Amino acid sequence: MPYALCLLLFMIGLYCAVVKKNMVKIVIGIMVMEYAVNLFLIMLGYRMGGVAPVVDRSHLGPAAENLAAGFISSSVDPLPQALVLTAIVISLGSLALMISICIRIYQRYGTFDITEIRRLRG
Amino acid sequence: MKGMTVIVKTIASWVKVLIFLFGIYIILFGHLTPGGGFAGGVILASSYVLLMLSFGREFVEENLPLPLASKLDCVGAFLFGLIAVLGLVFGGTFFLNFLYQKYLPGQPLHLISAGTIPLSNIAIGLKVGASLFLVILSLSVCCKGRPCGPSTRERQE
Amino acid sequence: MTIFYILLAFMIIAAIIAVETTDLLSSVICIGAIGFGASLMFLFLRAPDIAITQIVVEVLGLIILIRATIARDLTFISGDREFFGVVVSVVIVFVIFLAGVHVFETLPDFGTPAFAQTPGTASRTYIEKGLENTGAANIVASVILDYRAYDTLGEATVLFTSIIGATVILRDRARKLLEDPE
Repeated sequence: MPYALCLLLFMIGLYCAVVKKNMVKIVIGIMVMEYAVNLFLIMLGYRMGGVAPVVDRSHLGPAAENLAAGFISSSVDPLPQALVLTAIVISLGSLALMISICIRIYQRYGTFDITEIRRLRG
Repeated sequence: MKGMTVIVKTIASWVKVLIFLFGIYIILFGHLTPGGGFAGGVILASSYVLLMLSFGREFVEENLPLPLASKLDCVGAFLFGLIAVLGLVFGGTFFLNFLYQKYLPGQPLHLISAGTIPLSNIAIGLKVGASLFLVILSLSVCCKGRPCGPSTRERQE
Repeated sequence: MTIFYILLAFMIIAAIIAVETTDLLSSVICIGAIGFGASLMFLFLRAPDIAITQIVVEVLGLIILIRATIARDLTFISGDREFFGVVVSVVIVFVIFLAGVHVFETLPDFGTPAFAQTPGTASRTYIEKGLENTGAANIVASVILDYRAYDTLGEATVLFTSIIGATVILRDRARKLLEDPE
């Protein structure tokens, strides 16, 4: 059920990116899609009653570098978290690029409306 | 981009130092507590953005101009590549954690542990922080003062 | 579990407001609300690294978006495209939604990570051997900077390229050089 709500968030973003006329609204739709995808990836790795994948002094086993079995059986999955960490920072870079293109188009054509830009031959 | 009132400037100058120190802490302890190079780099960039919003763009551009930020960005990326190539030189595989496996293991849960991971965190933090500061400085340089309309070349046609 | 539903409902309501309102500044503020809800969600899903990164990235993203929208004259937009295109798009989006819900029934239940439980998979190896192979107490840091350092190199390259692209597009000197000889 939480997966279906996450998919609904993605569909709202997709609807906004496809239907709207204003360029900044299209960028906002793409951002909503990115939030939904990151959320879905982290939800895939969740364990009920789990523990964050950070080792504390109480998790260490008898030898200095062996982990107690309690930590191994109750930690959440660290692999989706590593993938989402880079995805969040890349989304900021792509947002900067999209907004700079929107600013340049506004300076050239005087409007944010994409149907009017198609009609003008600059 | 103009500055703000005196109250905002006073508080921002005190808070900016604390935010910068917090960003350095998040980068350095990235292998022991949650955080790491990416979050710490973004916090460093946002401390300079706070200065830019409260004091105006010219004040920040005197202290950290655009070419210097661009060079810091390149230095960070180059350091990260250097650490990777040093793994090839000392160990035999690209990106090998050569400090942990050969020279300086350290103790777990202490600051000096995990080999090249803190060094990589510092390089990534420097790169991400300089990049994001550069892009926000470019966005504010684009329109000086009055709102951007169509360029003068378009109006003459 | 109920906290997840509350936060997801908050994010969906904020997304609907961001999409449907005609004022651009309200849309940008609702994007801030979605990002904040996502950061709280990450905290409850036991991912503190991601929560810290999401909240600071979202603050900078809001600054970039507001910079683009409120310094302009046009903050009101004038509706959607023509009606037939809207209907076809909505139908296609709804069909994709139904197909996605059907696919999600093949996934394991929410709360049982399939890859962290079966021994021999990559996630299980990272959890068991992360501390003794790399020495880092933060297992996510050991994954992104030791086991999968190539992905971090790729991410650094993509960020570098997009920032260079944005800086070059926003440069002012090229336009002055074009205007002077004319």
